[in-house]
Amino acid sequence: MNEILEVKNIGKKYQNKAGEVQALKNVNFRVKKGEFVSIIGPSGCGKSTLLSIIAGLEEKTEGEIYIESERVEGISSKVGYMLQRDCLLEWRNILSNTLFGLEIKGIKTKENIEYVKELLKKYNLYDFINKYPSELSGGMRQRVALIRTLAVKPKILLLDEAFSALDYQTRIMVTEDIYSILRKEDITTIMVTHDISEAISMADRVLVLSKRPGTIKEIHKIDFEMENRTPINCRQNPKFSKYFDCLWKELGVDEK
Amino acid sequence: MKNNGISKERKKYLNKVKKNKLLIILTQILILVGFLAIWEILANKDVIDSFITSQPSRILKTFMNLKSNDLLMHTKVTVYETLVGFGLGTILGVAIAIILWWSKFLAKVSEPFLVVLNSLPKVALGPIIIIWVGSGTSAIIAMAILISVIVTVLEMLNGYLKTDKEIIKMARTFNCTKLQLLTKIVIPANIGTFINSLKVNIGLSLVGVISGEFLVSKAGLGYLIVYGGQVFKLDLVMTSVIILGIVAGIMYGGVLLLEKFIRK
Ligand SMILES: Nc1ncnc2c1ncn2[C@@H]1O[C@H](COP(=O)(O)OP(=O)(O)O)[C@@H](O)[C@H]1O
Ligand SMILES: [Mg+2]
Repeated sequence: MNEILEVKNIGKKYQNKAGEVQALKNVNFRVKKGEFVSIIGPSGCGKSTLLSIIAGLEEKTEGEIYIESERVEGISSKVGYMLQRDCLLEWRNILSNTLFGLEIKGIKTKENIEYVKELLKKYNLYDFINKYPSELSGGMRQRVALIRTLAVKPKILLLDEAFSALDYQTRIMVTEDIYSILRKEDITTIMVTHDISEAISMADRVLVLSKRPGTIKEIHKIDFEMENRTPINCRQNPKFSKYFDCLWKELGVDEK
Repeated sequence: MKNNGISKERKKYLNKVKKNKLLIILTQILILVGFLAIWEILANKDVIDSFITSQPSRILKTFMNLKSNDLLMHTKVTVYETLVGFGLGTILGVAIAIILWWSKFLAKVSEPFLVVLNSLPKVALGPIIIIWVGSGTSAIIAMAILISVIVTVLEMLNGYLKTDKEIIKMARTFNCTKLQLLTKIVIPANIGTFINSLKVNIGLSLVGVISGEFLVSKAGLGYLIVYGGQVFKLDLVMTSVIILGIVAGIMYGGVLLLEKFIRK
């Protein structure tokens, strides 16, 4: 079984006093193990909603989610979720922040703590474990947040505009770092972004959502045919602008 | 911070900051001393009637003579009542805020009651309290609790409900329970609000205790003030007020210390 996630016919209607909002409609796609999938779409089309449904944080009104062929209801321990902000707890030091998920799940075992320390060492954060979040740069904080998510060993990682709060240069660097971490740890990833370049530079496939109610309009395969692919050298590849133009047009159709 | 060799400009700047701070403190002392000196001189020259206004030297004498008016005993009584009222009011307030955070339903139901109770002058309930719990220390402590508890509930609940939604979402991604959310996110995220509540509650519980002592009239600085006023012992009244100020100052200092300890 090479397939890790199946999103089947997902629909979502939000209810509130003002009325109801159909955020998603008939969303279908599958993700293979180890794959990196980007999702782009106009703002308000339901991208965050889709990730929240996959993570089990938001109830769906239609459809089913299967992870490793098992139907999932509610929050799944196989899914890790990283939000736009790093959401580090300012009152805990870095080590304690990275152990937060393990602590919540009651699996703060010796082995797991060792694993986290390994990750911190591997990704150059070990010297900072006794520091507090406010003493770290934005890029480092984002890496700490990633390690906190990876600590509980998720099979699928969801990133919701996880880099958009960073300034441009930091963002390119963090994308580079995080991409290499995800590839090394062989994590299946679904990343939502509003940045077409970012989507292309990391993804094996890009899903384009239509405007609300969001549904999948197009799926683009991205293949740079490179040995050691990284986001930066993708950006320098001649194929990059071709993909960019294609997706730009795809998104533009809805804008008018 | 890494740069240990401080530059000239930096030194100059630091000096200026230091000087400025010193100047402020000196001015404050000057105002206080000047005020006391003028008061003393005017009273000595009989420009003001020291029988009505009292006089720093006489206040000092009263103060030094702690035993004669049982000042020490009365101060102890007031401090004890204030500490107990302050502690219980804060604990009760936080506990209720936690319960209301836990149950949105209860929070909504209790909202109008809390708002009305908050605007009600609690002193008006004094006579009722005395009838219910008896005319003694417990009535005074009850007043102190009553005055501080509602504000604490409202402040803390407001803080709890405003806890960063994104951080709560992050915690939920790890499937955290409501109890974990409370103890690991909501409470620590609102330590600042809690410290503020403590600061406010010092003043409020003192108000409660003093007005309680006015009503019960048995012991405490509040009692001394009423008694001193009735028998025109203005020295005693003024001394009691000053001691109250010192007590409030010390308690505030205590909270500041606690704050430093928590935020180290
Ligand atoms: N809790 C909610 N209640 C009502 N409407 C919501 C809620 N959350 C999101 N929406 C609406 O659903 C739509 C999709 O939101 P979202 O998934 O955040 O979009 P995106 O992430 O693509 O910008 C938006 O129109 C938004 O206003
Ligand atoms: Mg969004």
